[in-house]
Amino acid sequence: MNHLRAGDYLILALGLALVAGLWLHRAGSLDGRVLIRLDGRLFAEASLRLDRVITVPGPLGESRVEIRDGKVRVAVDPSPRQLCVKQGWIPPGGAAVCLPNRVAVENAAAGYDSLNY
Amino acid sequence: MTPSTTEKTTVLTATPEDRRVATLAAAAIGLTLAEAAIPLPIPGVKPGLANIVTLLVLYRHGWRMAAWVAGLRIVAGALALGQFLTPAFVLSLSGGVMSLVTLAWAMHLPRRWFGPVGLSVLAAFAHIGTQLMVVDLWLMPGGSLLALMPLFLTAALITGLANGLATAHLLQYGNSDKHGDSHEPKNLS
Repeated sequence: MNHLRAGDYLILALGLALVAGLWLHRAGSLDGRVLIRLDGRLFAEASLRLDRVITVPGPLGESRVEIRDGKVRVAVDPSPRQLCVKQGWIPPGGAAVCLPNRVAVENAAAGYDSLNY
Repeated sequence: MTPSTTEKTTVLTATPEDRRVATLAAAAIGLTLAEAAIPLPIPGVKPGLANIVTLLVLYRHGWRMAAWVAGLRIVAGALALGQFLTPAFVLSLSGGVMSLVTLAWAMHLPRRWFGPVGLSVLAAFAHIGTQLMVVDLWLMPGGSLLALMPLFLTAALITGLANGLATAHLLQYGNSDKHGDSHEPKNLS
């Protein structure tokens, strides 16, 4: 039963190291990400762990995205009906869209809910 | 069916090698269909048992024939499962092509140190790596697949190891069973 040779062990060890590294990396980054899109393009990506305010220059003016205590919301927005501001803190997996100012904030903490091809 | 409507008739004769490719591809397609019937909790993770056949063919008959068998299996398997030209087919094809490319390179590694298990794991990583790349670039651009990478790569490592061990076992069994002319399957005619 000598199916495995030295090089095979090497490949297995490297593969195991890669997988273990990815799991550890994932454990670190699973805290949650905030994705901010401007005009459909990714404008900024931030961690939910780091409290900060991100200013997004939209066509109507500045939107301010606030990250605090592992939560995220749109604090200030120039859109007339203030829908995304009134939405408040964005739940994990949710998003707030300030359509007039072309800003979308996504709380990507939950990751994927489904994967369909 | 009706001859002599055209002046020239093209006769396609199946060489013994063609028959061998067809037989092996049929075995691979059978495994693909069988494993499609197994319910799996996560979409995209499956054992890839047909790759045992690909690896066996690679060792017994060389890369060219392995590529034929894998290609036929991908196309015919997709046809049988109703996935031909769907995203699933494109994923299967891209993964298969990159595995074969990897194997073309890996088969030249010194045989003394690298056996079917190593090749199998390398091919499995190439397979899933390519598929993740296709998904990221084409199917779900912008979505960060990073979160799913550890899961898929772990699955690739396990299935690569399992398929490699199966191949190694089959190779050993086949070689000790019939020395010398193991190139000609006996139940063909």
